Amino acid sequence: MSGRIGESPRRADGEGKVRGDFTYSSDLTARGMLWGATVRSPHPYARILAIDTTEANGMPGVVAVLTHEDVPGQKLYGLEIQDQPVLAFDVVRYWGEAVALVAADHPEHARRAAQKVRVTYEVLEPLTDPERALTDSAPRLHAGGNVTRHVRIRHGDQDARADVVVSGEYEIGMQDQAPLGPESGLAIPDGDGGVDLHIATQWLHVDRDQLSEILALPPEKVKLTMAGVGGAFGAREDLSMQAHACLLALRTGRAVKMSYSRSESFVGHVHRHPGRLTYEHGATRDGKLVYVKARVMLDGGAYASSSTAVIANACCFALGPYECPSATVDGWVMYTNNPPCGAMRGFGSVQNCYAHEAQMDKLAAALQMDPVELRKRNAMKTGSRLITGQVVEGPAPVEELLDRVKSFPLPPQGGGSSGSFPLSPQGRASGRGRIAAADLTQMPGGVSNTTHGEGVVRGVGYAVGFKNVGYSEGFDDHSTARVRLFIVDGRPRAEVHTAAAEVGQGLISVQAQIAATELSVDDVVVLQADTQVGSAGSSSASRQTYITGGAVKAASEAVRERVLAMARSELGRSTAARLENEAVVSSEGEVIVTLATLLGDAVVEETREFRPRRTHRLDPETGQANAHLQYAFAAHRAVVDVDTELGLVKVVELATAQDVGKAINPQAVEGQLEGGAAQGLGLAVMEEIQVKDGVIRNASFTDYLLPTILDMPPLLMEILELGDPHSPYGLKGVGEPPAISSGPAIVAAIRAATGKPITRVPVRPQDIVDT
Amino acid sequence: MKIACTVNGRPRVAHGVWEGSSLLAVLREHLELPGSKNACEQGECGSCSVYLDGSLVCSCLVLGGQAQGREVVTVEGIASGGVLHPVQEAFLEAGAVQCGFCTPGFVVATHDLLTRTPHPTTMQIREALAGNICRCTGYAKIIDAVHLAAERMAPR
Amino acid sequence: MKAAHPDALPIAGGTDVMVEINFDRHRPPAFLDLTRVAELSEWGLEDGVLRIGAGVTYTRLIEELGDRIPGLAMASRTVGSPQIRNRGTVGGNLGSASPAGDAHPALLASRAVVELASAAGTRRVPVHEFFVGPKRNAMRKDELIAAFLIEPAHGPQQFSKVGTRNAMVIAVCSFGLAIDAERRWVGTGIGSAAPTPVGAPEAESFIQGVLDEDDLWQKRAPVAESALARFGELVAAAARPIDDVRGTAAYRRYALAVMARRSFTWAWNEYLGAA
Repeated sequence: MSGRIGESPRRADGEGKVRGDFTYSSDLTARGMLWGATVRSPHPYARILAIDTTEANGMPGVVAVLTHEDVPGQKLYGLEIQDQPVLAFDVVRYWGEAVALVAADHPEHARRAAQKVRVTYEVLEPLTDPERALTDSAPRLHAGGNVTRHVRIRHGDQDARADVVVSGEYEIGMQDQAPLGPESGLAIPDGDGGVDLHIATQWLHVDRDQLSEILALPPEKVKLTMAGVGGAFGAREDLSMQAHACLLALRTGRAVKMSYSRSESFVGHVHRHPGRLTYEHGATRDGKLVYVKARVMLDGGAYASSSTAVIANACCFALGPYECPSATVDGWVMYTNNPPCGAMRGFGSVQNCYAHEAQMDKLAAALQMDPVELRKRNAMKTGSRLITGQVVEGPAPVEELLDRVKSFPLPPQGGGSSGSFPLSPQGRASGRGRIAAADLTQMPGGVSNTTHGEGVVRGVGYAVGFKNVGYSEGFDDHSTARVRLFIVDGRPRAEVHTAAAEVGQGLISVQAQIAATELSVDDVVVLQADTQVGSAGSSSASRQTYITGGAVKAASEAVRERVLAMARSELGRSTAARLENEAVVSSEGEVIVTLATLLGDAVVEETREFRPRRTHRLDPETGQANAHLQYAFAAHRAVVDVDTELGLVKVVELATAQDVGKAINPQAVEGQLEGGAAQGLGLAVMEEIQVKDGVIRNASFTDYLLPTILDMPPLLMEILELGDPHSPYGLKGVGEPPAISSGPAIVAAIRAATGKPITRVPVRPQDIVDT
Repeated sequence: MKIACTVNGRPRVAHGVWEGSSLLAVLREHLELPGSKNACEQGECGSCSVYLDGSLVCSCLVLGGQAQGREVVTVEGIASGGVLHPVQEAFLEAGAVQCGFCTPGFVVATHDLLTRTPHPTTMQIREALAGNICRCTGYAKIIDAVHLAAERMAPR
Repeated sequence: MKAAHPDALPIAGGTDVMVEINFDRHRPPAFLDLTRVAELSEWGLEDGVLRIGAGVTYTRLIEELGDRIPGLAMASRTVGSPQIRNRGTVGGNLGSASPAGDAHPALLASRAVVELASAAGTRRVPVHEFFVGPKRNAMRKDELIAAFLIEPAHGPQQFSKVGTRNAMVIAVCSFGLAIDAERRWVGTGIGSAAPTPVGAPEAESFIQGVLDEDDLWQKRAPVAESALARFGELVAAAARPIDDVRGTAAYRRYALAVMARRSFTWAWNEYLGAA
């Protein structure tokens, strides 16, 4: 039963998921299928001199071994710049880059054979410093040089002066999306020269279009069907094993499954761009921002992925949601031989939020102002102008969000069930011996028993952030929906078909709820997403409820109009005004005819494309443009207890306030706020892909630490529905803001507790105790 | 090799198992029980959690041969007949399922917790589920689901 | 059986071995399933010493022996997750001989002894002599770890582990402490801060000296702050840490001093409170 907009019906895929019946891409299986394995570069930068597949071909169970020579079409692909080899041919540019493929009858046979592919490398010195990549002495990693993109924004007076100036340099480490579902899929040759690919991805059509070029097949011969997706967060926007599995399937004539292990997954997808951000803020003595100068340097790694869009975001939103008359922003994203970086929830707005919020706290301290007051004094509102010149339309409740998070009562001081030991600034507790287990769990360090209260100081911090919803800079943002209405067993059923990726966020519920609302029916089935219907765009940029929701709404409305027209013309009932409770009713609500009677055996089907208003490319010199569709804002407050002697942090509580415009599914909205805050916490205190000389040192969950249920505190939420004037139902994209200001609030709280500047994330114990 | 064990109450035999296979691989690739998941295969995420002789374990860390002659219960064995277990119902109702990849592991681990501790405190829930990673939900609704299931299974 | 298949890899809980297999780092010719050897899962008291089978899981250690060997129980509680504790064993920890093994500092602090069995017989190796190098122990190829021997606590014990997450974390550094109030000695163990788990004998001698000199055992009086600080320094000095993905050498030394000072304070306070 589908609920209506504003309700929280059970998700249609939920029962399969709790039973263990739901088929993820890694669960797919086909009779007689082969297993694929990938040969990867052990060097971050090397010339390939030779690839010898003879021994591998002779290994037990091996059916095919492929190299770049076996790629029939385009050898390079990419989301924005086609710079990435399907299989490396002359040079490998990152540790783990794919060089060759094996198909065998058992995964163990495939793995053993992969180890026997002999690649002769000439090892080159890797370029691992993005600053060095800017200089002439650095090797040119790509034909066009090492600058993937340089963004310039010039806003207002470029020579502005201010009475109070604070500056800082901030470093953000490389975060990984780490969705639990591994990269995986099943490619089946269709027997007619084409291929069917069952895949977990964020965008079926962009995968299809790239595959079509790579495989030299017309798009109709490359049919993609969405398999169950085990999370995404940006990790599934680029191709991973799609082309590889298809190549093996077409060569062998058999179904080929590929599924990455966790360690392979770490090199199988892009990561969040690490960055170094240098800022200078100037303000009047009573706390009004006068200018901001920002230099953003992002390390894009070996291939571009979506770097050109990430750096644009990092620059457009560099200042945060504040009004400022002058801004000078320069951002670079560079090619290096580090692991490639691309989309991750927040997409450039996370890195700059750490910087601008640290700067605002620094400014507040310099002005001896309350940090929240300073933010409120400069807060954006409806009608404010971004540094790109675009005017913020619709609600921009920055002040209100700050007020809301501040108004939550603070949690009680630590002390466990007895609450009996002090957490004084001196942090000297009585040094109790055997402490109650329940009390230990309240401490930083928890049951690892590192403190009984000694050294523990509490801190509170605030942050606010924003970013765009939807694609920007003129990228064609649209989605397609096909809706059909017909009668089954005497009751109306609506079917919704889109190519939109359900990645866990609850998009299938949203689609059903919109159709149910527009058609006033309870039984709505959302069909499996595939390329048989037009593109839905990606499940990214917090855009799907807006854009695919808009398409479903438009198609449903079209179906409704036809049904009403049927009632008017076939029955001559000119009073037919709307649909209600599975019937056609007059404007007074009087039932004219039930849908069952009106439709009989007829099927009413409409397909609509939804396209919001256009956006425009940033001017290359000034960075001015109406580049964005919609802005979404969120604020966070964090309370932490820090063991100031050991540098261990316990996040005690998080609070957030976010404007979602209109909550289509309130429970799912909460799920986004809670999940995004956890990812923010992860980057703030524990998650980092550690790269040394281009090599990932911690490619496993043992040492890439995700927050556990013991790390994530309760999240208090205030969800505002202020209504965007342009979007369907007034909704705003929800998914990314929770991951933007959550981490910076935690770092602000750590600074408050320790008095230390803390200029990098993730914060490590040695950063707090200065060892 | 051949492995014979009881899975979800039925005697099962897996044939042609590579000797280095984990119990997780046996369940998924030989016994058509793909409900237990392979998110990390190193015991760090709990997505492969099953019961082995009544004890909650990571099946990726059990060598297939070690299950010979033993009793295994997977997520597929938690519902009885067609009827969802209260733990499963509670996860659905509380909104604790997003992508769902972690859900089978959480269902089994929660089932284990509530069998041993019918009314756990929130902190006991956190400690018991510390071996199960979720990347989507931030755990809040999972904790709600466990409390809800506890209340349904043993109303006070 | 081990004699017949010397290259067979023993596996009990699988929490180390299976990771190696699943990650394609190891392909032994055969496995030896120790979960089928019933004696390995038994424990008993022999002449006032606990003999605990190598196959007793961490969960059972906590539940069945927690009050008698509190230091090892505290260490067990920090191991992995419930799933890991239901399978992981001290025997496995000893077999892998990782410097980061959670049980090791507690075993060192309690002066435990490892019992090795082979077709030729059994022998006992004090745990201080058991770790010979990074992930290398004193076992011969034909031996299995049968059990470890550890005295029930004769005084307060503590265990402390620094990690950057609240669960399932490999120690950045860890510290085990045992105070034997009857025989008046103090035992220590350091984890993840040297090529092997190590004790801190100079720190032990020093603090024993302090306790004896001012007859603090008898008087049940607090230990001076300066002595506690010195104890911490000496523990840190016993470590030979490196920089790695989990932490820096400098931080490890610094943290060990803090942990040693704090845990001694807690243990001594417990001793004072037990009057």
